[in-house]
Amino acid sequence: MKLYISEGNPHCIKALAALELTGVKCEIEVISHEEKVVPHITHPVSPVLLLPSGQHLFSPNSICQYLYDISGQPATDATNQWLEWEATNLQPAVLQSLHMVALQGKRVEAAAVMKEHLNWLEQSLSKRNTAFLTAEEMSVADVVLWAALYPLLSDAGVEAGELVRGWFQRVGVLSACQTAAQTVLRGKGAEALKTFLQKHTAAHTQRRDSPTNTGDAEDGERVMSVEEIEGAAQVWSEGLKSAPAVTERKHPILPQEGKRNVLLTSALPYVNNVPHLGNIIGCVLSADVFARYGRLRGWNLLYVCGTDEYGTATENKAREEGLTPQEICDKYHTVHAAIYQWFQIDFDFFGRTTTERQTEIAQDIFWRLHERGFLLEDTVEQLRCESCQRFLADRFVEGVCPHCHYPEARGDQCDKCGRLINAVELRNPQCKVCKETPVIRSSKHLFLNLPKLEDELEQWLEKSIGSGDWTLNARHITRSWLRDGLKPRCITRDLRWGTPVPHQDYKEKVFYVWFDAPIGYLSITANYTDQWEKWWKNPQQVELYNFMAKDNVPFHSVVFPCSLLGAQDNYTLVNNLIATEYLNYEDTKFSKSRGVGVFGDMAKDTGIPSDVWRFYLLYLRPEAQDSAFSWADMALKNNSELLNNLGNFINRAGMFVSKFFDGCVPEMILNEDDKRLIAQVCWELKQYIQLLDKVRIRDALKCILNISRHGNQYIQVNEPWKKIKGGDGDRQRAGTVTGVSVNVACLLSAVLEPYMPTVSHTIRAQLQAPPTCTSAMLQGAGTFICTLPAGHRIGTVSPLFQKLENEQIEALRKKFGGQQPEDERLEAKTPSSSAATVETKPSVSAAQDASLNVSADPERAKQLTALVAEQGDKVRALKAQKAEKSVIAEEVAKLIELKKQLCLAEGKNPEPAAPKGKKK
Amino acid sequence: MCRIGFRCIKMALRELSSLERFLGLKKPNKYSTQGGKKVPVLQNNNGPALIGLVTIASHLVHEAKRPELLGNSAEQRAIVQQWLEHRVTRLDNCSKEEVKVILKELNQYLEDKVYLAGNVFTLADILMYYGIHHIVVELAVQEKELYLNVTRWFDHIQHYPGIRNHLPPVVVLRNRVYPSSHH
Repeated sequence: MKLYISEGNPHCIKALAALELTGVKCEIEVISHEEKVVPHITHPVSPVLLLPSGQHLFSPNSICQYLYDISGQPATDATNQWLEWEATNLQPAVLQSLHMVALQGKRVEAAAVMKEHLNWLEQSLSKRNTAFLTAEEMSVADVVLWAALYPLLSDAGVEAGELVRGWFQRVGVLSACQTAAQTVLRGKGAEALKTFLQKHTAAHTQRRDSPTNTGDAEDGERVMSVEEIEGAAQVWSEGLKSAPAVTERKHPILPQEGKRNVLLTSALPYVNNVPHLGNIIGCVLSADVFARYGRLRGWNLLYVCGTDEYGTATENKAREEGLTPQEICDKYHTVHAAIYQWFQIDFDFFGRTTTERQTEIAQDIFWRLHERGFLLEDTVEQLRCESCQRFLADRFVEGVCPHCHYPEARGDQCDKCGRLINAVELRNPQCKVCKETPVIRSSKHLFLNLPKLEDELEQWLEKSIGSGDWTLNARHITRSWLRDGLKPRCITRDLRWGTPVPHQDYKEKVFYVWFDAPIGYLSITANYTDQWEKWWKNPQQVELYNFMAKDNVPFHSVVFPCSLLGAQDNYTLVNNLIATEYLNYEDTKFSKSRGVGVFGDMAKDTGIPSDVWRFYLLYLRPEAQDSAFSWADMALKNNSELLNNLGNFINRAGMFVSKFFDGCVPEMILNEDDKRLIAQVCWELKQYIQLLDKVRIRDALKCILNISRHGNQYIQVNEPWKKIKGGDGDRQRAGTVTGVSVNVACLLSAVLEPYMPTVSHTIRAQLQAPPTCTSAMLQGAGTFICTLPAGHRIGTVSPLFQKLENEQIEALRKKFGGQQPEDERLEAKTPSSSAATVETKPSVSAAQDASLNVSADPERAKQLTALVAEQGDKVRALKAQKAEKSVIAEEVAKLIELKKQLCLAEGKNPEPAAPKGKKK
Repeated sequence: MCRIGFRCIKMALRELSSLERFLGLKKPNKYSTQGGKKVPVLQNNNGPALIGLVTIASHLVHEAKRPELLGNSAEQRAIVQQWLEHRVTRLDNCSKEEVKVILKELNQYLEDKVYLAGNVFTLADILMYYGIHHIVVELAVQEKELYLNVTRWFDHIQHYPGIRNHLPPVVVLRNRVYPSSHH
């Protein structure tokens, strides 16, 4: 056994004292502060006790406890409690206090830190009335606490009560304790601990043990230097001076010399379906926030997007709806455009892929690849339906799964066993359109020779990832594709609805959507301006950002760049690839077919403003991992963050100006508190800019909420509504606080613009803020300035947000098919309302029971409404699945029973005949 | 936001009642909390109140006559005690930066161990599991793979009969998804 100690480390006192007091034989080795003894701990620690088994004890208290344990004094509840208190409460205070004494010379403050703990100790001693902490004899608790307090109580001028003093001396007179203290401190008191404290306390002072600041515990309090505070106040007071003029957007936007030219795309939504919230946050909304931010920062920025319209899915949908593919595209393109408009997605151009330009550019790239030998030819076996006169895409065939014999396996995958299938392996294949049996035919196809382009791709990737912002998932997915080695990839398909392959031998074929669709970015830009090549063939001047969900990564990082590299036409390749994870819906997936989830076109029917949707989706943005949309959470975030935090602050600031100062910003004479707030807000603003520059959209949103949180605290502490009624000094104070607050509100409107454009404009309109204020504050690293000087007249202030009520949210959740929250499900299981109970009761008696107990019971009615809805869904689902009649009948009976109970609970007279009569 | 503080209060009490259930203690104890940090307090009929999570948990183990859960030898008892202290001093209320260090160190420590005290399951596993749950829940798949030993231990403990009680299970993938960084 061996004890490692280091000089000037206060924790070693207790270990040495305990060793001496218990008389355990043990070798002692003195090590330096830098020496690492315990293998798994990253930074050096001492004391460390090397146990006979080879394990290490590195907690000073555990070392002491162990020494006492092996000398016949095992732990008791009382010693455990003291040791735990010492480790969790006393020790942090002791270290903080020592830090103040030894490094800052603040003895008074150091004593104040200890006061509460020493009082507690004094009280405990007085209650027990024993010589030592746990009994009349000394225990491990006394050694541990004595040693902890020794550097402070022996000479640092920290006062303690009479009982603590007495106890401290009783322990301290023991020679074992004196020797231990002498060995570690060398008679120099707290001074001896300087080196140790400099190295170790920095880490500990950052801990969040302090229970104050609960509203903001996640971010903690930042310590600001005097210079930082004064500097921020100085800049603020200088006000709006030489703000850059607001530049109007003039189309077409083209790259400009000497500007930051940013080209932004979001993954092209597939046209045949209405986008759901996950699609919206994954691409268009995220890109929109970044585009708005970039424009505010004065970048020369172009944001293009459009619908991806070619492919089998469109053909399928057209057949379903009895329209031509073009008609389907026209119809759904309009639907998409309307949805994005409602979400205030500010594209510079929203185009589509079924255009002449698409054909031209895709065919050009094809020929260039062909000429340069990057295309391969191969024969593929495919199913062909002779009666329809066409090759069948995977989605157009059904048959028996070769693995599990499921009769309705699709051409690419079996829904039952989940295995991937090659369409030609299906048994008894059927054309989905005419139900005829297709034949196997071979068909020639063209492949992009990815292996041949691999070296060039890797070189480019290294450069792009090294210099740009690629999200972690984008980097990983790309790397895993490269690791597995690239294979040639088919770029043609036997379809009609697509960009025709211009080659003689492939007349009947079109380009596979994944070759074709990314070219849409180029052709959509070409439809926006003839000078599209200034964006797309200009990697020297243009910085390209692609936004998408993670499933799209390989096509943007590997396949499409290979097409462009192989075409050798100086194409602009992606510099920053921003991919999100998935957004789930109430812990399940969005599913159009099951009617689960909110789809773009329904969002506006909820009556919840577009800005609130944007806020919540961005707040949830699945940046590092999947996240889940939940109605209850949306209401919570709206009510707590938007209404009570952000809206409350901005509204109060404006109302104080209107009510107390006739709508004119009062004179502001800054004191330390005001300057501190300005510095805090300024720091958050700088964070916001740093984060958004790196496209950390969700994190930057938290900075905005922090600003208003600081603002609310500031108003709360300074109470301008009380001060306004006081004397001149107080009134002036009320004026300053109001003036500073309303300026913070103005800053909030600026930083909110990318996230909640309408709210942002409303705030500026209410404050009648100068139009240049936004861009002035968001230039460079970000500066918080007084944009509403004394005397500025503001407009009419009104509330910005509305509360989302529980009933409203409940109704929405039911409408869109969400899960019930946990507690409600539990409630539903209580016997009085459970569906299971209803089942066992004969119907008549149940009705009677209910009519006996209940006249009207709103609480129960609510539960029953939920149960009725649930049971209704169940019945519908059974009917849809064509379940057995007897099963359906049984469930219908339950439903009727529940409805009856509901009537009773609502205090209405159930009409037993009615539902039965209606029954089909 | 305020979630952290709230979690501490409620969770400390919930984990004590989970522990009681695991130990098979018949009548549930009454708890309260004390001070700004909401330290759990056990009101004891035949003695003074007990304060502190570790103290109360150790007391419950004795009450249930399961002293082996605190370790079978002085060495093991010291190791268990050390981890219990680690739980309340390092893990609780740790900052985001500290989380990484804690996970890294724990991961290395667990490299050659099944349980925190070596080959036997102890109270250290129970309270460390309760305390680290909120961190592991938040880990991305990739991080879970980075801290493979922690994840393995965590999965082991959450499936230990009678332990999980009040906490939701955390899904642990058996196969690695991300390529390991060293090849």
